[in-house]
Amino acid sequence: MAFFLETLLGGLMSGMLYSLVALGFVLIYKASGVFNFAQGAMVLFAALSMARFSEWIPEWLGMDNLFMANVLAFAVSVVVMFVVAWLIERLVLRHLVNQEGATLLMATLGIAYFLDGVGQTIFGSDIYKIDVGMPKEPVMMLESVFEGGILINKEDFVAAFISALLVVALSIFFQKTSTGRALRAVADDHQAAQSIGIPLNRSWVIVWCVAGITALVAGVIWGSKLGAQFSLSTVALRALPVVILGGLTSVPGAIIGGLIIGVGEKLSEVYLGPYVGGGIEIWFAYMLALVFLLFRPQGLFGEKIIDRV
Amino acid sequence: MSGRKIGEVILDLKNISLSFGGVKALQDISFDVREHEIRAIIGPNGAGKSSMLNVINGVYRPQEGDIILRGVHHANMDSYGAAKAGLARTFQNIALFKGMSVLDNIMTGRNLKMKANMLQQAFWLGPAQREELEHRAKVEEIIDFLEIQHIRKTPVGRLPYGLQKRVDLARALAMEPQVLLLDEPMAGMNVEEKQDMCRFILDVNDQFGTTVVLIEHDMGVVMDISDRVVVLDYGKKIGDGTPDEVRANPDVISAYLGASH
Repeated sequence: MAFFLETLLGGLMSGMLYSLVALGFVLIYKASGVFNFAQGAMVLFAALSMARFSEWIPEWLGMDNLFMANVLAFAVSVVVMFVVAWLIERLVLRHLVNQEGATLLMATLGIAYFLDGVGQTIFGSDIYKIDVGMPKEPVMMLESVFEGGILINKEDFVAAFISALLVVALSIFFQKTSTGRALRAVADDHQAAQSIGIPLNRSWVIVWCVAGITALVAGVIWGSKLGAQFSLSTVALRALPVVILGGLTSVPGAIIGGLIIGVGEKLSEVYLGPYVGGGIEIWFAYMLALVFLLFRPQGLFGEKIIDRV
Repeated sequence: MSGRKIGEVILDLKNISLSFGGVKALQDISFDVREHEIRAIIGPNGAGKSSMLNVINGVYRPQEGDIILRGVHHANMDSYGAAKAGLARTFQNIALFKGMSVLDNIMTGRNLKMKANMLQQAFWLGPAQREELEHRAKVEEIIDFLEIQHIRKTPVGRLPYGLQKRVDLARALAMEPQVLLLDEPMAGMNVEEKQDMCRFILDVNDQFGTTVVLIEHDMGVVMDISDRVVVLDYGKKIGDGTPDEVRANPDVISAYLGASH
């Protein structure tokens, strides 16, 4: 039982991280109907920016305070992501208004390669350390309930907590503020939104900025686990099944989808793995996504696709 | 229509021509709209009525011609620009935000009037909060006016067609427009709903003094509520005047009835 709980908790926590990346996809898809293939590249770009600025800023300012360096680097990275968002809207999306979904998808694919390349040109292509003081040592919990207690990775726990916080903040922003309302309106119907005086261009910049920030948070968390390196941009591929599972248009879907995949991966690896020789964790999520595509293509919470004949 | 005074020309359309490739949707059309009046655009299917409305609203940009709103030229605006200039519209096939509640839908109409910046909103600071409440009060007024109090919190997608049309009107009214453009406000409604909609249009015009430009298929309704009527056929203007004048116009009769002379 303790072992089951331990696996479950581990799954939930890594699932939360998938949700964070998936959230970036959902935000942009909802607001602009663009499936943003560049989300992974944005995560990498943000992580590299964070890693390098936290190294450079102490050098430039000659200070020796890890906390301040991280805060400054984070602030600079936020600005960097805003600039990236603004440039993407200005140089790419603005010229592709009302184009087909496939055209926009190809455009974001181009943006992905561009960001990957430029990011490594500016920031370098080594593996860089992000040290935001995440606790590394595991802790034992519930020792009074189970014999030997259950082992929890503190780093995962903190990361999951931060992700959850961000998700809550975003939901409040979208549900309660007038900007959030305007963004939901744009997501629902471009034409109508424009005709009642909601500027499309500005809405898109805001959404890409928000997606940039989720990419930054994801980049910092994954980066401090794995190091800021090229493979981070493939983290986004792990989030694809989450998006399919939860539905492309649903924020709660992204979160619950992430949790299901996280838990599913860990449990299947532990309990089914031995029978098929292990390695389930790698393909489990994609398998699940495939099943969903066959039986419920709109995902768990997505809007049902109804076509008038 | 008692105390209502029709004023100066507020919207002037001059020699508007619009074509899509080889199809001439509108050819050299001119007419004006006076302040506080109800102006109808009628015509058979494919006459160019919707294109005309979309030109006024900035959805289409005419290849030729000029749009003058209160003395300002607007020939090259997009629909966001039109909204800023004080033009609000409703849609023939209802373009409401389906996932959002009635209240939220109408609140989006206040977007242009909101001044608090993102940061203030994000942290729900004083100015943003006060502003939200002010706009909410205005929206409640409109909700009362259109008698949709009971569906305030309902997601729009769940409402019957007639009520959706009313919410569409409410959202446009929330913009406090100078000119209200209605794209077939009565299309697809039953008799009772049509009567309600007529009453609302007349009340809006009477109480708020809003200038109304409407497209309609139903000749009877148009003749009852409009001050002046423009008739289009195959992208050309074939009649313009009071309902009685238009009714007596032989071109209009032949366009509608296909009579030969």
